[in-house]
Amino acid sequence: MKIKLYINNQLKNINIHEGETLLETLRNLGFTSVKYGCGTGDCGACIVLKNNVPVNSCQILTASVSDEKITTVEGISTINKPHIIQIELTKAGAIQCGYCTPAIVLCAYALLKENSNPSIDEIKGAISSNLCRCTGYIKIIEGIQNAAKLYSNLFQEDN
Amino acid sequence: MSQKIKNLGKYKYRSVGKSVEKIDSISLSTGKAKFFADYIIPDTAHVKFLYSKHAHAEILSIDTTKAEKIDGVIYILHHENTEQIPHTTAGQGFPEPSPYDSVMFDKTMRFVGDKVAAVLAETPEIAEEACNKIKVKYKILPALFDYEIASDKGSPIIHCEKTKKYPIPIPYSPNLNIAAEVDINIGNLEEGLSESDYYFDETFYTHYSSHAMLEPHGVITYLDETGRLVIITATQVPFHVRRICAMVLNIPIKQIRVIKPRIGGGFGGKQEVFLEYIAALFTLKTNRPAKISLSRKDVFRSSRTRHPMRVNIRCGVKKNGHINAFCIDALMNTGAYGSHALTVLSNAGSKVLPLINKAEHQRFIGKSVYTNLPVGGAYRGYGATQSYFAVGQVMDIMARKLNIDLIEFYSQNNIKKGETSPIFEKLGEGKEGVKMIVESCGLEECIKKGVEAIDWYAKRDKQIEKNNKVHGVGMVCLMQGSGIPRIDMGSAYIKMNEDGSFNLHIGATDIGTGSDTILAQIAAEAIGTDIDEIIVLSSDTDLTPFDVGAYASSTTYISGQAVRKCGLKIKKQILEVASEITNQNIEELEILNKKVQWNNGSLDFSEICSYALYTNNQFQIQATASNISNTSPPPFSAHFAEVAVDKETGEIEIIKYVTTVDCGTAINPKLAEGQVEGAVVNGISWALTEEYRFNKQGGMINADFGRYKIYTSIDIPNMETILIPTHEPTGPYGAKSVSEIAINGPGPAIANAIYDAIGVRIHSLPIKPEKILELYNKKNN
Ligand code: FES
Ligand code: FES
Repeated sequence: MKIKLYINNQLKNINIHEGETLLETLRNLGFTSVKYGCGTGDCGACIVLKNNVPVNSCQILTASVSDEKITTVEGISTINKPHIIQIELTKAGAIQCGYCTPAIVLCAYALLKENSNPSIDEIKGAISSNLCRCTGYIKIIEGIQNAAKLYSNLFQEDN
Repeated sequence: MSQKIKNLGKYKYRSVGKSVEKIDSISLSTGKAKFFADYIIPDTAHVKFLYSKHAHAEILSIDTTKAEKIDGVIYILHHENTEQIPHTTAGQGFPEPSPYDSVMFDKTMRFVGDKVAAVLAETPEIAEEACNKIKVKYKILPALFDYEIASDKGSPIIHCEKTKKYPIPIPYSPNLNIAAEVDINIGNLEEGLSESDYYFDETFYTHYSSHAMLEPHGVITYLDETGRLVIITATQVPFHVRRICAMVLNIPIKQIRVIKPRIGGGFGGKQEVFLEYIAALFTLKTNRPAKISLSRKDVFRSSRTRHPMRVNIRCGVKKNGHINAFCIDALMNTGAYGSHALTVLSNAGSKVLPLINKAEHQRFIGKSVYTNLPVGGAYRGYGATQSYFAVGQVMDIMARKLNIDLIEFYSQNNIKKGETSPIFEKLGEGKEGVKMIVESCGLEECIKKGVEAIDWYAKRDKQIEKNNKVHGVGMVCLMQGSGIPRIDMGSAYIKMNEDGSFNLHIGATDIGTGSDTILAQIAAEAIGTDIDEIIVLSSDTDLTPFDVGAYASSTTYISGQAVRKCGLKIKKQILEVASEITNQNIEELEILNKKVQWNNGSLDFSEICSYALYTNNQFQIQATASNISNTSPPPFSAHFAEVAVDKETGEIEIIKYVTTVDCGTAINPKLAEGQVEGAVVNGISWALTEEYRFNKQGGMINADFGRYKIYTSIDIPNMETILIPTHEPTGPYGAKSVSEIAINGPGPAIANAIYDAIGVRIHSLPIKPEKILELYNKKNN
């Protein structure tokens, strides 16, 4: 079936099959930052933002989000112009295999948009649905903390 | 080395020892970096598997007629239409020290999750549907689930075929379900035990676990424009993939190119070759690109796991605290196939016993047995993890019996710099080991720093009670190795470009560890340039030289030294060209800041390379180097845990966890810390929450992250990681390994802390509240 989708501020007319998940759709469209880790809503590797709120795209039918605003990391950064969160995660040594990273970046992005001065517990809470087997989370939390410190300025730029 | 650089001091480096940013970080975090699933090959067809629902059964017949009729089904593979070439799925050096007990598709199913058939179809959904339409008639065979009775009379025999054997001479008795056996003696154990003042006999159990790397296993295969087979695969061992695929497909190695893309974690789970040849066979049969993407459930049930182990320890100690006799008797459940059955087992001794090298009488007895349960494999820590859970607690038990503080007890018995252990020589990987002397050891310092950080003496044996919770502290000392001596080989190729940059080609396999980055640091250091002048290409069997791959804590130590040697050759060539250009004696020249400098002048790297390529006596500045090691210097570590135990519920909270590690020179301290932190959290998660639960039929019933609980950001305790620098003379710039060791600590450190708090000894993992409560109530009644 044909539907409309707003991805990263662009309107796309696309064809999907019945029962297609947003994870499949986004990957088919080339948004490879959205990863499959479990398909059961338990790992967070597939997280994207729906109207700025993190959601597991493997648990959402594409047909149900045709009127919503979907954001992936491709929508907030490019390889030549990375977002401050990506820069700070890099500096903190928070990216090992990086499979969990794009989704974590989005969760941090959503958090800092709401709260540019989060406590450690708030940061932990914001990424509590993102499994990461490599890092033990310490450096991820540190990276997000550092990004928060620089964030207020950037937040103004963003808007 | 020139005078000026020497003056920088022995341990002062330009790139090495700096926490430079991991070179693929931005590419990964912006979603640009390509994992296998991100490769779009036109016309790709998809593979799904039909897995056995039975733990032990013989396939009497297999009928694919209905499945074949489904629109979109392209090809179906099963035991009747594939060759039965015995091999091991363990991605190890050749000949592998693992039994050749697997074939691509077998007639006998040996665990719930064994592969019955595979379907290639236009979409994954069609492939799945077709799998469900395959009709299989089974003869159900009695299954063996209890590994402790595997060799008892009357137990079902799991591998009966005569074709099954090791490719090297190793004791192998499949008729008793024995996949591997080891028995190593130092001194005379029984005599030693009888001479000791105190005797101990304790048995511990460790359990199954999943690597739970975030990216499930997967592979894409296709034929390139010349008809060669290309395999893009999520692997830790690209060169072993090429060799094993060539063997199982019966095609020449030269027909195959293996490309390792970015990898979403491995931890040993991707040191296994069990998918690539199936996708490849589909491609060879149908000329279609084929893709396998395991689901998470597939990963849990049908890939590889940590081998469960029963570890019995008998040991004796003198009144003065000297351990004089120590025996580890390990029984390992290798599951349905013997992947790493011998070597994981051996490491339960070889990476553990040398730590207490003062014991004159030592013995390691090990047996790996088959069962009809999931298959074990390589897993970070590799047998040492299982063994340390036992040994770490026995050390505590002995110290308490003697009334000696555990810290002192370890210090008295631990191996020290300049010392050796006969175990190094006696117990290797499938053959004898290698004699070696410990040339760097920061263990004493590790202990000291850890004691301070956890505030040991203020908390040990105090049973401080706060809000109905009793606090306790525990610790453990650890060692591991750095590569497999005289077996593991890494190699490197470097060439120089006319802008002064360099291409570094390495077989070494970055699976998320950061090895591309630290090897670039080593290359930059050796040449005398900056890391951003190094362009890294790794793990492509056509384009990069050989490397065994990412395992055995070998990359930094083994491949790193190859890169260093290669970089030094490049440096020499640069100086020779500069000497030709400037007519200066080579001895007068030195490299500093991407320039060759002498008394009153300097030449940029770009000028030197341009000269070499375009001006006179033209040639390519390039070099290769290989490296093996005659030794495997152990990294050392001490772990400290403070826990609070709720006496009412049995729940435990880790108040603080301190890890101190001597990995020699940390080439990149942040990345080294990251390895440690990741390993510790994985270790805690394994010790406290992760668990394979099986139904009566031997099927895993919690094969998803909802029910197989791994640690999240909100579960982690307050953690402190302290690197203790030492200088390993045999390592590149003093480096040893770091990736595995830290996973061995949490089990024993936490168990010892629980004992310190409430006086109960935990003999099996995982440490669940119910278990603590039961033990506590038993003790108090
Ligand atoms: S893939 Fe969606 S939560 Fe894991
Ligand atoms: S960095 Fe590998 S899962 Fe997070």
